[in-house]
Amino acid sequence: MIFTIAHKELKSMFSSPLAWVVLAFVQGVIAYVFIGSLNGFLIAQAQLARTPNAAGLTEIAIVPMFGVGQMLLLMSIPLLTMRLISEEKRNQTMAFLISAPISMTQIIVGKFLAMATFLFLILLLIACMALSVTAGGTIDSGLLIANLIGLFLLGISFAAIGIYISCLTTHPVVAAILSLAVFLGLWIINLASSNPESWLNVVSLLKRFEGFMNGFVGIADVAYFLVITCFFLVLSIRRLDSERLRA
Amino acid sequence: MTSSQALTLSASGLTRKYGNNIAAKNVSIDLYKGQIVGLLGPNGAGKSTTMKMITGNLAPSEGGVQICGIDLIEKPLDAKAKIGYLPEIPPLYKELRVDEYLTLAARLHRVASKKVSEAVNKAEERVGVTHMRRRLIGSLSKGYQQRVGIAQAIIHEPEVIILDEPTVGLDPNQILEIRDLIRQLGNEHSVILSTHILQEVEAICDRVQILHHGSVVFNDAISGLRQFRAGKTIQAGFRTPPDLVELQTALPDTVCSIVRNGVFRIQASSSEDPTSTIVRKSVECSWNLYELSGAQASVEEVFAELTKQSS
Repeated sequence: MIFTIAHKELKSMFSSPLAWVVLAFVQGVIAYVFIGSLNGFLIAQAQLARTPNAAGLTEIAIVPMFGVGQMLLLMSIPLLTMRLISEEKRNQTMAFLISAPISMTQIIVGKFLAMATFLFLILLLIACMALSVTAGGTIDSGLLIANLIGLFLLGISFAAIGIYISCLTTHPVVAAILSLAVFLGLWIINLASSNPESWLNVVSLLKRFEGFMNGFVGIADVAYFLVITCFFLVLSIRRLDSERLRA
Repeated sequence: MTSSQALTLSASGLTRKYGNNIAAKNVSIDLYKGQIVGLLGPNGAGKSTTMKMITGNLAPSEGGVQICGIDLIEKPLDAKAKIGYLPEIPPLYKELRVDEYLTLAARLHRVASKKVSEAVNKAEERVGVTHMRRRLIGSLSKGYQQRVGIAQAIIHEPEVIILDEPTVGLDPNQILEIRDLIRQLGNEHSVILSTHILQEVEAICDRVQILHHGSVVFNDAISGLRQFRAGKTIQAGFRTPPDLVELQTALPDTVCSIVRNGVFRIQASSSEDPTSTIVRKSVECSWNLYELSGAQASVEEVFAELTKQSS
C-alpha cells in the first residue's frame, strides 16, 4: 500500500511542471558550482602540489556542490512538500484516502517515500557529476559517500518537517511559506552558533551536516537525523488522525 | 426485513457534536443485502455528517458502526475494505487519467493484483466511461466526473455502497442513467444514498429515512412514505373561481391555499374526504370545476408535517 501511495504521489508530482522545474534548477545551480570549483582546482593544481597537506581534488571540486546543495534543498523542499497533504484536503480527495482500507501511517509514509525518491534522484545526478571526475583523476570515495549520506539525511529531515507543516493547513502556499520560514530559522541558528559550546548546535540540523561534509559519518549525527525524521512523521500521522476526531 | 437476509451495515445511536452544535443526533440505520436505503433531508439536516461517520471519515461523539459485523473503530481497515464511498464532492485526482485513477482505487481497496485491470474495465463499463478511459479526469465534464466517482466506489464490489447526492449537478438524461445504475447496484450489493429530492428516493429506494436538524423524523419502507404523501390533499381547478375566503367558508373542515390563478390546494382537517363537498359546492355556486386531483404533498409540506409531529 505504501508503494501504491508513493507511486501515485510521484506521478502527481511529475505531472505538474513544478517538480521538473525544481529538479532542473537544483541541477543547474549545482552543475554551475561544480564547473566553477573544478576549474578553480585546475588553475590552482600546480600550486597545491607544492603545498604540504593541501586540500585534495574531492574537497575542492566536489564538496562545494554539497554546500550549495543544502541551501537548495532548504529552498526547494518546501515547494514539493507543500501540496502533499494540504492539496488533498483542499481538493476534497482526503476522503478517498481515508475511506480506503489504508492506515494514516501508510498514507504519510507513502508520501514521505515519494519525497525520499525525489531526493534520491537529485543525489544520483550529483553523484554522476562527481564520478565523471574519475575520468581524469582519482577521488576520495569515502568523502563523497559521506557527503551523499549526509545530504540525503538532511533532505529527508526537511521533507518530514515539510510534510508535517503541510498537514497543518489547507493552503499549499501557506505550507510552503511556513516550511521555508522554519528552514530559514534553522539556517540563522546555524549562522548564530559560532560558539561550539552553544546549545544551538544541538538544534541546528545544518551544523550536524557539517560533520558529513568533512567526511565524518558519526552515529550520533545519523541517529539525530533519523530521530527528527521519525518524530515529524509521527506528528503528521497523529495530526491526520486528530482531524478525524475534530473535522 | 427477514432475518435470513444478511445485515451489511448497522449504525446505532450515531451522534456528532461540534461544541454546542449537534450535527447528528442518535441516528440509527440498518442495511440489508439487496436493499437501497435513502437518506432524505434538506440541506444541513445531517445527511453528509452521518455518511462521514459511517465511512470512518468522522469520529462519532457517541454511537457505533458495524460493517458486516466488523466494528469500524476496532478493526477500521477490515471494515473499510467492505465499503465504497462517493462523497458530496467526488474525490478525483484531476491530473490522473481515468484508468490510472481507477487502477489506484482498485489497488487501495485491496483488489488482487491479477484482477485489477479486469476490475477497472468492468467498473468503466458499468458507469459508461470506457470511451473516456485515456482522458485526464480534469478534462471531463461534470457528468462524466461524477460517473468516475461512482466507479471508484464500486470497483472492489463492496458489500456496502454509500453515495452522497450522486445525481446533483447532472442533466436529466444523466440522472436517469445514474438512477438505473444505482438500482442495478442495489440488487447485488446494498446501497445508502442521500438526496434532497423526494422523487429520487421514491424512484430508487426500498426504505427511506428522513433527517431534520440531525435527527431521524421518519423511518419506513417506501410504501409508507407514499401513503404519507398521498394524505388528504386535493387540488381543484375552477374556471370561475371564488376568492380564497369564500372557498374557505364553503369548506369549513379544510385548509385552503392558492396554487395559482383558479387552482386551489384543499387539505382536509378531518378524516372526511372533502371531494364530494367540493363538487357539490362547485355546482351550487357555479365555480365550473374542471380539474380535481389528489395533490401529492411537496417536500416542504412533508418536512413541515414531520417536524410539527416530532417537536
